[in-house]
Amino acid sequence: MYIGTFLQDPDFIRSLYIVAFSLFIIDLRLMNHPRTARRGNVLGAIGMAIAVTATLLIKEVGDYGLIVLGVGIGTAVGVPAARSVKMTAMPQMVALFNGVGGGAVALISFVEYRESLAAGGNPALDALIPALFAAIIGSVSFWGSNIAFGKLQEIIPGRPIQLPGQQFINLGLLAICVGCAIAIASGTESEGLFIVILVAAAVLGNMFVLPIGGADMPVVISLLNAFTGLSAAAAGLALDNVALIVAGMLVGASGSILTMLMAEAMNRSIANIFRGGFGGTTAIAADAEGKSVRSTDPADVAIQLAYATRVAVVPGYGLAVAQAQHTVRDLANALEKRGVDVAYAIHPVAGRMPGHMNVLLAEADVPYEQLKEMDEINPELPQTDVALVIGANDTVNPDAGMPIIDVGSTGSVIVLKRSMNTGFAGIDNPLFYNENTSLLFGDAKESVQKVLKEVEEL
Amino acid sequence: MDLLTELTILVLAAFVGFEVISKVPNTLHTPLMSATNAIHGIVLLGGLYLIGPADGFLNELLLVIAIAFGTINVVGGFLVTDRMLEMFRQKPGRD
Repeated sequence: MYIGTFLQDPDFIRSLYIVAFSLFIIDLRLMNHPRTARRGNVLGAIGMAIAVTATLLIKEVGDYGLIVLGVGIGTAVGVPAARSVKMTAMPQMVALFNGVGGGAVALISFVEYRESLAAGGNPALDALIPALFAAIIGSVSFWGSNIAFGKLQEIIPGRPIQLPGQQFINLGLLAICVGCAIAIASGTESEGLFIVILVAAAVLGNMFVLPIGGADMPVVISLLNAFTGLSAAAAGLALDNVALIVAGMLVGASGSILTMLMAEAMNRSIANIFRGGFGGTTAIAADAEGKSVRSTDPADVAIQLAYATRVAVVPGYGLAVAQAQHTVRDLANALEKRGVDVAYAIHPVAGRMPGHMNVLLAEADVPYEQLKEMDEINPELPQTDVALVIGANDTVNPDAGMPIIDVGSTGSVIVLKRSMNTGFAGIDNPLFYNENTSLLFGDAKESVQKVLKEVEEL
Repeated sequence: MDLLTELTILVLAAFVGFEVISKVPNTLHTPLMSATNAIHGIVLLGGLYLIGPADGFLNELLLVIAIAFGTINVVGGFLVTDRMLEMFRQKPGRD
């Protein structure tokens, strides 16, 4: 009996929340190195178990049957999804996870408001305002993430879909959300208005992701990640729950940092990206008049690579599309056996989400020491003999108007390409016409296989 | 707790978040995102807290959905992060 009262003591439960959010911070701290990150993740999971247990101890918590039902459904969906998802599909998975998180926040805010109305009126302002904020951001995040998922999964076309006057529509929707929220906060007791907020925010979520093209997906996913975190923090304010506040802000900070890094890597302002219409445009005809490219064959590539001292592999998303990661790893191993120093030069937006290319290469057993960030490898490129560009275009294009992997400074550049089409950005790539650039046309995987065979026969 | 205390915690948490996360290398940004997916699954707590006192079929239905959503985030997020981090290996023979 005594122990029972102690365990249900609100101060004890709050103390457990402090332990939980400390573990979350340690988790993220340990993410600063691949060697410690896995341990960090386990600590984070322990923190979550503590937070959930602490909440179940609260006296008012009941309806255990329904709790088991909800947790059961969530586990039945989440575990198989997490086990079976392919690493190439990681961006879709994260988009969906962002979405359900935002959806949960919006639902919780709505129910909280309904309960309060049933109990006699609007909640106190210090709970009501955060709840309204959480409802808006949560709903935007849920629907926006679903659209992002649809685009990444190619259920919805990746090209920008735009209505005339899109920006005014979006502003109008935002004004509806804020206007209704102010009406409720200033004393109107209306479930209907709250529903209008949720619906307007839902339409806004759809409208703001639809015009954004495929190449800008890394920014969108990061921003939606930040939104979901902020909505969770707001829900924490509404529910007086410190664990939610801290955890939500950590996620919000993470999403914000990634959004800024991605925008910086593409040298575009966030406002510019959300004005939309970019990043999926059809290729502009290459201005190739008077310029010629040098094409090469696998045997020549093999010789260049095998007698080099240092080789930098520059992978792009085309490599992942061709499923060539493992073949590239085999080629790198064969070169290393011959004493060639191999590194991978990875542009921040090489994949479909921040860090995506690194995961794809790690899956192919490339050791993490060889995965070099752009700022780390660029100064080393003048001492590199050969840059092998596979399925990348914009990230090595001097005219792309963004920071690039500066392969032009290496001894020679070999570009593996399917055809002379331009990349996502639709800009012709002068790198291809350089004197020290040669192109090997064909499917990335087949080309690498041929080169590997030639290297082995040398 | 009063709103200002909570806002104090919120702002401090944002600064801690910025400090800690700015040290995560690009290499680990995808696992970082799935880990933060798992962490924002903490909204599950809101569902657990409200479902006991909640009355009526609609409220309970919405909260069960919210709890399911939060659980998907938590279990899915931590599992998939672990799967990814397991793949980041060192070169054999190096410490």
